[in-house]
Amino acid sequence: MDDPIFTYALRIGDDALVLGQRVSEWCGTAPTLEVDLSLANVALDLIGQATLFLGLAGEIEGAGRDADRLAFFRDVDAFQNALMVEQPNGDFARTIARQFLFSTYQEGFYGALSHSAEPRLAAIAAKAVKEVRYHAALAGDWIVRLGDGTDESRQRMIEALDWHWRFVDELFAMDAGERALLEKSIAVDRAALRPAFDAAVGAILAAGDLPAPRYPQRPVMGGRRGHHSEHLGHLLATLQHIPRSYPDARW
Amino acid sequence: MVSGGDDRCARIARVLAEVPDPEIPVLSVVDLGIVRDVGPARVTITPTYSGCPATHAIEAAIRQALDAAGFEGVAIETVLSPPWTTDWISADGRAKLSAYGIAPPTMAACAPCPRCNSSDTEEVSRFGSTPCKALWRCRACLEPFDRFKCH
Ligand SMILES: [Zn+2]
Repeated sequence: MDDPIFTYALRIGDDALVLGQRVSEWCGTAPTLEVDLSLANVALDLIGQATLFLGLAGEIEGAGRDADRLAFFRDVDAFQNALMVEQPNGDFARTIARQFLFSTYQEGFYGALSHSAEPRLAAIAAKAVKEVRYHAALAGDWIVRLGDGTDESRQRMIEALDWHWRFVDELFAMDAGERALLEKSIAVDRAALRPAFDAAVGAILAAGDLPAPRYPQRPVMGGRRGHHSEHLGHLLATLQHIPRSYPDARW
Repeated sequence: MVSGGDDRCARIARVLAEVPDPEIPVLSVVDLGIVRDVGPARVTITPTYSGCPATHAIEAAIRQALDAAGFEGVAIETVLSPPWTTDWISADGRAKLSAYGIAPPTMAACAPCPRCNSSDTEEVSRFGSTPCKALWRCRACLEPFDRFKCH
C-alpha cells in the first residue's frame, strides 16, 4: 500500500508534467512568435513544478526513484493526472480554453496547498502559485480576445470551452485517500475551491461576451485511478522514448 | 545574509558577489537575491522560477567559483521556502538592470522605457526571451525592451 502523501504528490506532479508536455508541442508552431514564447515558458514552468512534486514523491517513497525515474519509467496506468491535461491540443482556441480552465483551478489549488500541514508540499505550492496565476492571466486575456474577436474566433472559443467542460468536475473530486489527508490538514479541500473557480471563469467569460459552457454529456472521470484516454499513451511514447531507449544515459 | 559573521563568511560572500547570473550576466547571483545565507561551511540558495533552466547552471557556476577560491569544502544547499520573489532583487541589482536595458520589476501597471525613460510604453507579450521577463515596446523611441516580471 503506497504512502497516501506519495500518491498525492504524484498526482499533482503528473498533472503538471502531462500538461507541460502537451503545451510544449506548440513550440515552433504557435500562431505568432510571442505566443510561441509564451506557451514554451508556460510549459517550462509546469515541467519545473512537475520536477519538484515528483522529486518529493520519490523522496517520500524512499525506493530510490527520483523525478526523472517517475516521469520516464512508469506505464500509462500508473499515471494519476486528471483527464483534461492529456487531451490533444486541438486548435489554438482549445489549447487556450484548457490553459485558462486548468490554470484557474491550479491557482486556487496551489494557493490552498501552500497552507498544507506537510511543509514540503506547502513550499512547492507557495512557489508555484505565482507562476500559475500568471498563466491564468495570460490565457484569460486570450479568452477575451478570441471571444470578442471575429465570428470565427468567437465560435471556436465557444466550442473549445464546451468541449473541455466535461473534464472540469474531475478537478474538484476527492477520493478516500485525499479525504483522509484532508482530515490531517495535508490535502486541499477541492470542493471548497469550486465557487471561486466558477466566479473567476464567469468573470472572464462575461468580459469576452461568451456564454456559459454547456454540458454536452456527463462529466468524465477516472484519471486519478489510472483510467486514461488513449491520448495519454501516445503522449508518453513521445515523452519517454529517449530515456527508455537509452536507460541511464547522461548529458 | 552573512551568518557566522567571521572573516571566512565575508570572503565567501565576496566570491558569490562575482558570480554572474547566466541569463542576465550584468547581475550577480547576490544582486538577483537568490543567495539566502552564507555560512562558514554552507551556502544556501533558492531558485527563481520552478522551471528556470538556469537553476542548475547557477549552482554549477557557484560551485566552480567556490572551488577556485579554495572553498571546496563549502556545501551548496537549495531551499524553496520562503519562495523567491522579485522583492529579493537588490537596489543595486535594479539599477544594473535598468542600465542594461531591462526595466526592473515594479508593481506599476506601466514600465518606463529603460532607453529614453518615456512612460508611453505598452506590453507586447506577457513572456519575453526568458521565463522571468515580459516583452514591451516604447511608443516614444519605438524600441522594444524586456521588462522583468513582478512576482
Ligand atoms: Zn523609449
